[in-house]
Amino acid sequence: MKSVADLKEGEKGVISAFLDNKLALKLLEMGCLPGTEVTLDHKAPLGCPYCISVSEDYQLSLRKSEAITILID
Amino acid sequence: MIVALIGNPNCGKSSLFNHLTGLRQKIGNFPGVTVDKKVGFCKISDGSDIQVIDLPGTYSLYPNSLDEQVVLEVLTNQNHSDYPDLAVIVVDSSNLKRNLLLFEEVNDLGIPTVLALNMLDVANEIGISVNTPKLEKILGIPVVEVNAREGIGLEGLKLTIFRALEKKQIHENVEVISEEMKPAAKAVKKRFSLKTDYAALHYLTQTDKLTFLNSEEKKFLGKISGELNLDADAFQAKEVMDRYKDIGVTLSQVVEIEAEKHNSLTLTQKIDNVLIHRFWGYVIFLGILFLIFQSVFTLANYPMDLIDGGIASLNDFLKSVLPESKITDLLTDGLIAGIGGVVIFIPQIAFLFAFISILEESGYMARVVVLMDKLIRKFGMSGKSVVPLISSMACTVPAIMSARTIGNWKDRLITIMVTPLMSCSARLPIYTILIALVVPDDKLFGLFGFQGLALMGLYLLGFFSALVGGWFLKKILKTNERTFFVMELPTYKKPRWKQVGFTILEKVKTFVFEAGKVIVAISIILWVLASYGPGEGFSKAEERVAAQNIGLTTDQLEPKIAAEKLQNSYAGLFGKFIEPAIKPLGYDWKIGIALITSFAAREVFVGTISTIYSIGAEDADDSTIKSRLKNEINPETGEPVFSVATSYSLLIFYVFAMMCMSTIAVVYRETKSWKWPIIQLIYMSALAYVSAFAVYWFLK
Repeated sequence: MKSVADLKEGEKGVISAFLDNKLALKLLEMGCLPGTEVTLDHKAPLGCPYCISVSEDYQLSLRKSEAITILID
Repeated sequence: MIVALIGNPNCGKSSLFNHLTGLRQKIGNFPGVTVDKKVGFCKISDGSDIQVIDLPGTYSLYPNSLDEQVVLEVLTNQNHSDYPDLAVIVVDSSNLKRNLLLFEEVNDLGIPTVLALNMLDVANEIGISVNTPKLEKILGIPVVEVNAREGIGLEGLKLTIFRALEKKQIHENVEVISEEMKPAAKAVKKRFSLKTDYAALHYLTQTDKLTFLNSEEKKFLGKISGELNLDADAFQAKEVMDRYKDIGVTLSQVVEIEAEKHNSLTLTQKIDNVLIHRFWGYVIFLGILFLIFQSVFTLANYPMDLIDGGIASLNDFLKSVLPESKITDLLTDGLIAGIGGVVIFIPQIAFLFAFISILEESGYMARVVVLMDKLIRKFGMSGKSVVPLISSMACTVPAIMSARTIGNWKDRLITIMVTPLMSCSARLPIYTILIALVVPDDKLFGLFGFQGLALMGLYLLGFFSALVGGWFLKKILKTNERTFFVMELPTYKKPRWKQVGFTILEKVKTFVFEAGKVIVAISIILWVLASYGPGEGFSKAEERVAAQNIGLTTDQLEPKIAAEKLQNSYAGLFGKFIEPAIKPLGYDWKIGIALITSFAAREVFVGTISTIYSIGAEDADDSTIKSRLKNEINPETGEPVFSVATSYSLLIFYVFAMMCMSTIAVVYRETKSWKWPIIQLIYMSALAYVSAFAVYWFLK
């Protein structure tokens, strides 16, 4: 199963499910719904946190530990 | 009439608030919490004044931080003093889908709403156009276009608010409450006389977050949700998904997107390629830091000197016109000097916050958080702690205030607790004098001055001890709070200067009124301790000095009298009293007096030392103080008082000691309890004492 943490810089994926319920609620209200396309824009120089853009509309930053709970197709 | 401004973070809500209320605003606290409440007044179209409240930015009514919890509590508690008659939902039009989620939720609470479409210009630039009249028709509530950045559309908004208060309208949303929940919702609605079932559902699913409920009410709610077998998370998830679906349907009718133009992020991503680059990212960050420090140190010096001089001449003037009395002394040396001690920090606070707010406005600060998060996480803090830590090298007081941006309470508390360990600019005068006293003015490899290296060493010592302190606190402090790092990265924008101005004003005001009260009070106490003494020791000081120094002019006598008086004052006696405690550190009772007076503020140390060693005010520049201190001999041992061991011990003491009442006052204000400033005072004093002791005995 692939998660956002597996993306390479510049690579896209479509959110399929969340592994962490509480975090999922936070992400949902921020507009990351299943079916939304996300792009991994940057990894911070030390490999964490990540910067992702959500349906090319806006950017979020999240830690690696959070990124691995977002599964993608 | 109360109108609340509600919206997502970065939707332009605060600039709209500033435009609506201008300078007619004040910052207070929401009852019982540390969250700032911004309230202002605004004249609407019929000439009447309405109260406008700027609620903290949030994505939904389900809070993840204290700030967001306030929004929930204000909007769900109909008896709350800030419960709004009308909600103005401010949305970023370039991102309507996400912004409308909160709009729907607030509507469903039964609060009449107006929708303010902000940032339409940004939306247009990226090819998004919104059909406002049609949106108004679909939603069934007033929709206004505003430009909060430029202040356009305000009259229209005020007129709409006026009309909406006359005729309150609520938009009907998609049903988010399932049939089996309805009877329970009805019961709760009846019990608390709520306006809607949806409000009742918040009482049921977020009972613990509604602090205004008493235990009996909570028990009632717990019983109902237990019977219903209510899964709060599942309800929330389904609600959000349902709403997004509904919003999608609405938006498909009113929003048009030009496909070619639509990529709002291109520019931001390109800038990010440089600013969070693995090499250039850090280089640029350090460069910006360097620039800020240089400016804060050099630019703030001019107004600070002016204030210093102004206070001194005001005091001289008052002393010359007012009759010589204790009251005059209290006014000048106590009260005005105390106020001067507050005012003197204003330039540094203003400059620092000018830079911080420019960095925040432009969107760069969020990138600093990304750059530093992993480095600093090991030490119990988060990337967001970088700003306070850096700021505290200028002054701890605004630095601790800037820790507000950290959502996680534990991270924020740790940051507040260790920030004073960073060497602030008030330590600089002490460092310079003592270093000049004991570190040779030579160069290493003919290149780096030893004195400069020593100074840098002290700053680094402060920095590393802050990290170590954070690491310890991380192990000790427990928290049940679960928070996430995930945050929105705003796009890069040109800073709005008006907004920068408001931030500066806001921070300066808070500092002057909150921390200022305590500083003035303690200054007066210190003045009393230093100006009064028991018995003849104090009252006969003048005659004694005159008798011992026959033949000196009045000018030469005065500093000696001042020294004699200080020695016999309560502060002086206290210095002698604590001498046994500070002797192991290599200090005598004279240094003890300086330690006590400098408790008010570290920079007082140098002034006190020069008074004690009776250096006339006229020639009190660094070189005279230095030579005077060098020649000071301990009568018991015959050794110089300021030996290498004592001086290093003092240096280390001042790196760690929490000697700044402004900091104590601001920590109290920020943590809303005396517990944390007291713990901080104790741990830092203990650290200072033990380290100074170790240094003294090692070097001796």
